[in-house]
Amino acid sequence: MIRDGSSVRGVADVTTFFSHTSTPNDMHALRTVGALTGREMLKFVRDRSRVLGALAQPLALWVLLGLGFQGTFQPPTGSVDGSYASFLFPGILALVLLFTAIFSTISIVEERTSGFLQAVMVAPTPRTALVFGTALGGTLLATVQALLFLLALPFLSLSPGPLGLAMVAAICLGTGLAFTALGVAIAWRMDTTRGFHAVMNLFLLPLWFLSGAMFPAEGAAPVLRWLVWGNPVSYAVSGLRHGLHDFTANTATLAGPVVCLAVTGGFAVLMVGLAVWQVRQPFFET
Amino acid sequence: MSASAVDIQEVTHRYGGHEALRSVTLDVPAGALYGLLGPNGSGKTTLFRILSTLMPPSEGNARVFGLNTTQRSEAVRNRLGVVFQDPALDEALTVRENLRFQASLYGLSGGDRRARIDELLARLDVTDRADDSVDELSGGLQRRVDLARGLLHRPDLLLLDEPTTGLDPGVRRAFWTAIDRLREAEGTTLLLATHLMDEAERCDRVGILSDGALVADGTPAALKAELGNQTLWVETDAPAALRDRIDAQFGVPTRTVGSTVQVAPSDPPAFLASLYEALGDHIRSATIRTPTLDDVFMVHADAAPDVEREQVLARSGDE
Repeated sequence: MIRDGSSVRGVADVTTFFSHTSTPNDMHALRTVGALTGREMLKFVRDRSRVLGALAQPLALWVLLGLGFQGTFQPPTGSVDGSYASFLFPGILALVLLFTAIFSTISIVEERTSGFLQAVMVAPTPRTALVFGTALGGTLLATVQALLFLLALPFLSLSPGPLGLAMVAAICLGTGLAFTALGVAIAWRMDTTRGFHAVMNLFLLPLWFLSGAMFPAEGAAPVLRWLVWGNPVSYAVSGLRHGLHDFTANTATLAGPVVCLAVTGGFAVLMVGLAVWQVRQPFFET
Repeated sequence: MSASAVDIQEVTHRYGGHEALRSVTLDVPAGALYGLLGPNGSGKTTLFRILSTLMPPSEGNARVFGLNTTQRSEAVRNRLGVVFQDPALDEALTVRENLRFQASLYGLSGGDRRARIDELLARLDVTDRADDSVDELSGGLQRRVDLARGLLHRPDLLLLDEPTTGLDPGVRRAFWTAIDRLREAEGTTLLLATHLMDEAERCDRVGILSDGALVADGTPAALKAELGNQTLWVETDAPAALRDRIDAQFGVPTRTVGSTVQVAPSDPPAFLASLYEALGDHIRSATIRTPTLDDVFMVHADAAPDVEREQVLARSGDE
């Protein structure tokens, strides 16, 4: 009963958070969001290994798979660009987003055991602001890292215009927000980082494999095709394809740009709601 | 609004089947320094979790300045500062960055925030380390910075959960000097969990938690007076047996605490002389002194389990 009530409240809070920003309470909320985001940035900049890890792994994957499948890859019907490296590129952006976003929340697990999180929780901050602040830091980091990958565009004969780039940025922000929020929701109850890694691997890799990032959905077995259709990450990957190819119709996408944006945005709201609900539960299990 | 800073009514808390708190009723007047004593696992941490709104109690009500910790949790958090056993600081940030972050969570910003941070840094003698990363600070300094963290928003009630554990005596003294100055300057109510008797002696009131129940509550002087003024402490190998014999032969109030029998006769020195005459070979050593808070703690916190254990020993030893 109580659990249901608070989940509804969590989603309601997300909407009020967007709709008005004038009362002193809202100022307080914004300040909280700012402080949490700023801290996330500071920590990231001071920890160079995180920057390297988040960029090197997808880069290696891209180069290895791109070169490996170069000869055998059959481009989807009507595709403009035939090379596997450019087919895989939007998927690699999505991978950077997923990993950076989710793993920016891993510190929550350590902060929970060290007591830092308790101090944050006894502050009179709205829980929605707490989730947003934490998620926003991770989202911005993920987006910046993904956009850094766009430096590879000249090697791929892809040249999206301003609108295409805006589409890419919007998808990056939505996907980043969704997965940092999911990370918050999962990390909140975890006692060990080992457990967090286990759960994340269970989620992340299948979501990515089944997103149409590695292979075009239309050529896959029917079961897989259904899974790709049901996977929210597929729409992020499709949205990125739209943006990178500057909305030329003949790319391997699942749906139109508007649908891709809507699904990505809706998924982000859902995940933020889940995280807010989780954070509103009593901090210690009773 | 009531004059109580903390008002706990019949609070019971269970983790699964385990009862961590049993019907605890406790009142801390505003402005007081209240010490909560208890061995590990006695329920202190559970009580602190409930008061800091991180967990609702299974039964009963806890109020902070008249505000229910479950229903009015956000209002309670506004008036509450908490210093945990481990410093709640981000080690990757500097002292000032940590304080700035925490102050933002309490809605402080701009000049107010800077002034308050500078004030606390100065009061806690950490101004010269303000721009050092927290992981470069010693344990004692980290505690002091953490105390500053808990005080940023001028809380009316500060919960301190064993804040000096693991600190050397000099650092502990500095910590307490800071606490005294704080009470003087801001009139903060303090609820302190500790198992150090000299810290408990400083408190206006002391409560003893044992096995989830509040077994004693009063001023240190009153609690000590309950044990009698001058009392006789007799060390022996068989405390239960000795107690029974003193009871039978002299008819004065006795009590066993661990391997010690505590006797409260009207004239302790004279009583000691006759005790040695009658039962000298059962006595390892004997002391006459006024009770300390340590004695109070031993009597209350250990009474229940020890009585049982002693009875079992006595029964098996007698026959």
